[in-house]
Amino acid sequence: MSAHADVLIIGAGPAGLNAALAAAPSGARIVLLDDNPWPGGQIWRAGPQASVPAQAQRLREHVGALNNVQHHPQTRVIAATGPRQLLVEDAERGWLIDYDTLILCTGARELLLPFPGWTLPGVTGAGGLQALVKGGLPVRDQRVVIAGSGPLLLASAATARHNGAQVVGVAEQATRGAVAGFAAQLPRWPNKLLQAFGLFDRHYRTDSHVVEALGTERLEGVRLRQHGKLVELACERLACGFGLIPNSQLGQALGCTLHGQALAVDAWQATSEPGLFAAGECTGFGGSELALVEGTIAGLAAVGDRQGAARHWPQRARWQGFAKALNHAFALAPQLKQLARPDTLVCRCEDVPYSKLAGQRDWREAKLSSRCGMGACQGRVCGAAAQHLFGWQPSAPRPPFSPARIETLLCLDDTPPA
Amino acid sequence: MTQGLAADVIVVGAGIIGAACAQALARRGLDVLVLDAGLPGATAAGMGHLLVLDDNPAELALSQYSLQRWRDIARNLPEGCAYRSNGTLWLAANAEEMAVAEHKHANLRAHGVICQLVGAPRLCEREPLLREGLEGGLLIEDDGILYAPATARWMLDQPRIRQRQARVAEVDGARVRLDDGQWLAATAVVLANGIQATELCPELPIQPKKGHLLITDRYPGQVTHTLVELGYVTSAHNASGPSAACNIQPRPTGQLFIGASRQFGTTDPQVEGWMLARMLKRATEYVPALAQLNAIRAWTGFRAASPDGLPLVGQHPQRPGLWLAVGHEGLGVTTAPATADLLVAQLFDEHPPLAAQAYLPQRFLGEPTHA
Repeated sequence: MSAHADVLIIGAGPAGLNAALAAAPSGARIVLLDDNPWPGGQIWRAGPQASVPAQAQRLREHVGALNNVQHHPQTRVIAATGPRQLLVEDAERGWLIDYDTLILCTGARELLLPFPGWTLPGVTGAGGLQALVKGGLPVRDQRVVIAGSGPLLLASAATARHNGAQVVGVAEQATRGAVAGFAAQLPRWPNKLLQAFGLFDRHYRTDSHVVEALGTERLEGVRLRQHGKLVELACERLACGFGLIPNSQLGQALGCTLHGQALAVDAWQATSEPGLFAAGECTGFGGSELALVEGTIAGLAAVGDRQGAARHWPQRARWQGFAKALNHAFALAPQLKQLARPDTLVCRCEDVPYSKLAGQRDWREAKLSSRCGMGACQGRVCGAAAQHLFGWQPSAPRPPFSPARIETLLCLDDTPPA
Repeated sequence: MTQGLAADVIVVGAGIIGAACAQALARRGLDVLVLDAGLPGATAAGMGHLLVLDDNPAELALSQYSLQRWRDIARNLPEGCAYRSNGTLWLAANAEEMAVAEHKHANLRAHGVICQLVGAPRLCEREPLLREGLEGGLLIEDDGILYAPATARWMLDQPRIRQRQARVAEVDGARVRLDDGQWLAATAVVLANGIQATELCPELPIQPKKGHLLITDRYPGQVTHTLVELGYVTSAHNASGPSAACNIQPRPTGQLFIGASRQFGTTDPQVEGWMLARMLKRATEYVPALAQLNAIRAWTGFRAASPDGLPLVGQHPQRPGLWLAVGHEGLGVTTAPATADLLVAQLFDEHPPLAAQAYLPQRFLGEPTHA
């Protein structure tokens, strides 16, 4: 089976939904693919314990009501099968999609850095805990510590608290000066200021980072360094995330140029590849407001409405300013590279400790000698950690881009190209 | 070590062949310098299948001797090298292939290789995932598997071996010039850099043969033996166009390797969807249940193939001081210990453990021009 889309959008978070909304009035046949069961991306993740903002709810309903937008949830891109064709897979089947224009809205994932005890049951990412709680994980009356960096810490703490958890600490690695400087700029973006007030937690501490997760069978507590002093907090859960990294792998596999770790785009949200646009966190971390406006610009540009797209430039510039301030304030301190001990696992799929990686030449050598990144997650977690810790550039992804049923790969045309 | 020399012997290439040669030389008391360009090689890309092949007497002699050596070496191999003696089960899809199995059986038995014919009813007892209706098979019990990159590293971890990351730009008898212009000299240089060998010695008759491989998620206990179709022999050696054959290997992790493909006349390392499809189609024809397993990664590599499928092991007839250990095609891991033994015997002018004639570079490069 194969299908055709005039505009194919990968990712149904804020950027993808807005791209669909913006492109729809053109009458184009739009296909929206997403990895998750419900649209909304990571930030507006739906679930039994999730409360989705009204704006997100409206956007979802709006896109859902469009006749020319076909939404495929729980669908992953497996391979690029030719010029303007992708092989995709959902829970039941694999199929080929042809497209004229592609918009990548593949979002970002959390940077998880290894520290002693981070593999104990009860330890998750900061966004990871938020997703689990929204998905129904009970946290009522549990003591939770949130650590790492960035605004996601406060959002995760708020979700946990809202579901009955007792948040006993929020440890932000950035300095008080950096966070205060950022907060002082917030009045430039009034709704962000209001959000920050709503999320503020009295246990929030700057200049603080995790040193070790304590416990034998599962998490019993956490040791933090707060303003240079070691403190221990007893807790049942530790959620630790060090910011977000763009999911640029698919774009990279399609030949797009990178800017740092993100997909490089021009004023039209166009990548270096013709007919291929990108919007949202895969082009760099900037929050949902920036993702929304980038999605709009990409959607309009993709259907040729450049005039319409350009009207949104001032709004994008405004949120780019916010993104810049944010990324500057929450830049990671160098000492976070020293958290792992020699026996701390870096790759959880293949049980590879830090000592097996330190001293390797590059990511390829490290993989071959230690099997790091060769397990089920294919380096999504440890590859990013290793890039941060050792500066190793991960190699461009090869098909299958995600684990895929062999049956799906059998959909590939087996005749050699002429 | 002689004054002014970088080492007694310089080995170019740190794959399984270079590593085995370096280890054997070091064990004979020589100081060895191993130069590795850090380029992707067949050792890292291959399956690490240790198998007896008998397309011709020289191939059988080399692989059988080498497998015996691997069994000795295995006693000292660390767990990370993932050595297992899990056997190869050759699969016959029809009566014609069963006749090949019987012929192979007789030939191998005559040479002392432990193997047995397996009839159709017993086949599914041994490997329940095989489809019904296969004609039978040939089980070669002493064949095995290992993780070649770790094994090569283990071999190089010797007091008398020094390793250096460097790209060789030129070889001149027993000395090499690095790409930074520096010359390094030794009493002998061993060229063991697979498909890159022709960059330094354009006269070598070595062609890259591209192969694809895929690995699944962990499904422990589903497959026991390495499963290879008997059509493999035909497609691997007689075809000149692209071909695919069923080759399924269980890893100690519970993952399955799925191969194998062969393509000629390309050096593009990209994973090609059409070849992946062809290869997987072939594999699922033998093991239909594979279709429901998750593949997690695919990659490619290049076999360094000589015209007769046998390696070139010995001194270069026109370049005294330069020794060759190249052209192993898909059998480099299997035949690494035998290659090292043959090379060392010739270097020390000793009686080799098996007749060296069939593997001498002279068969392609002509008789020596030097005394």
